[in-house]
Amino acid sequence: MTRPTPGVVAIGGSAGAVQALLRILPTLPADFPAPILIVVHVPPDRENALVPLFQNKCRVGVKEAEDKEVAQPGVAYFAPSDYHLLVEADGSLSLSADELVNLSRPAIDVLFDSVADAFGSAATAIVLTGANHDGAAGLSAVVAAGGHAVVEDPAEAYVAAMPEAALRACPGATVLRLDAIASHLSNLRAP
Amino acid sequence: MSAALREPGVEDLEIDLLLEALFQRYHYDFRSYARASIKRRLVQARDQLGFTSISAMQAGLLHDPATLGRLLGYLTVQVSEMFRDPSYFRALREKVLPHLRTYPSLKVWVAGCSHGEEVYSLAILFREEGLEDRTIFYATDINPAALRAAEAGVYPLELVKKFTANHQKSGGRSSLSDYYTADYGRAILDKSLRSRIVFSDHSLVTDAVFGEMHLISCRNVLIYFDRALQDRAIGLFHDSLARKGFLGLGLKESLRFSSHAGAFAEFVREEKIYQRRDP
Repeated sequence: MTRPTPGVVAIGGSAGAVQALLRILPTLPADFPAPILIVVHVPPDRENALVPLFQNKCRVGVKEAEDKEVAQPGVAYFAPSDYHLLVEADGSLSLSADELVNLSRPAIDVLFDSVADAFGSAATAIVLTGANHDGAAGLSAVVAAGGHAVVEDPAEAYVAAMPEAALRACPGATVLRLDAIASHLSNLRAP
Repeated sequence: MSAALREPGVEDLEIDLLLEALFQRYHYDFRSYARASIKRRLVQARDQLGFTSISAMQAGLLHDPATLGRLLGYLTVQVSEMFRDPSYFRALREKVLPHLRTYPSLKVWVAGCSHGEEVYSLAILFREEGLEDRTIFYATDINPAALRAAEAGVYPLELVKKFTANHQKSGGRSSLSDYYTADYGRAILDKSLRSRIVFSDHSLVTDAVFGEMHLISCRNVLIYFDRALQDRAIGLFHDSLARKGFLGLGLKESLRFSSHAGAFAEFVREEKIYQRRDP
């Protein structure tokens, strides 16, 4: 069975990622051509405050990802705290309560691996600021599947460790400052 | 970015074949599990069990039954906590148990009990609320090793701090330390908690109704199923519930996308506790 896959943008970040996302998501147009799937490491017991924070500031839709919902273009989906977020080949979202990966749940690697698998060359994955190496292996998977890898410039990142780890894993990734990531995404065209 | 037409890769075919082999040879049916998670687990099993490919693992599975137990360890969920999501247990205590109290005898089913953390939590809750003696708890899972672990009721002592905090937050009326003894880094649950629990093999995929339950708790199990299988399981829960019985799901699970949604009322919406609609 084959089916056309619409594009998807996956973004992962940890320490400083909320501020970084505040420089990216509000710049995107309401008719952004792909779904945006986001993993930000947050303490597991804290209720997800990210959605209300971004909802007021963005033209794209912003919501917490729900199990089995079909991801729509022009909507940013945050992984709920304490669950991994994955995407299926038909564009529907899956949650999992599997063990922590890189000491995290949600983990960026889990999202990126599934994005690579489900969307292949139609995937764009972006690693932002953070103090660990989550996302590096997943970014490699995206690249191996023919997808597009973007890494926040470590020189400007709030914490450089995560972008640096991503670049060690994917030396060919496109390195961009936050403003450039925003305009880079805005230039994406509908598939 | 172009719209690529993607052929399912060879690995996807290998996965289909392995799941088919697992079903035909051992009657474990994972064919309708959500694909991304099952693939992640199979790849992890392949790497950690030392197979070079999913196909090689399939051969191992077919010719060496010992591989089955090892693979099931990867394919079924093992991760939980006692009183996980304390607000769920608080809602059971404060909102559901007052209804259950009106019945002379009670049946509770924990579907997908894994290592037993949830069923023991419920047994403690029911004991605290004076309902344990009139209740039979059924704890089911498809993984025999998980069922044995659940029946043993032994957990790493380092997890108990979290269990204790959860229990307190759930409105616990006693101290969790009343229910276990510490021994060489392990917490061994009081055997008396087991006296009202029946551990049993049951599959939500292939088995039938499990009758006349007053409360079914099945949390973070349905997220691993595809939509059709979720629907089957929810229908099974509906038919296994007594009139006006209660169904508790995981905090990120809901009946919203189910064809059975109309057969349940939201009882405690934010805790995903539903009540079977009956006239």
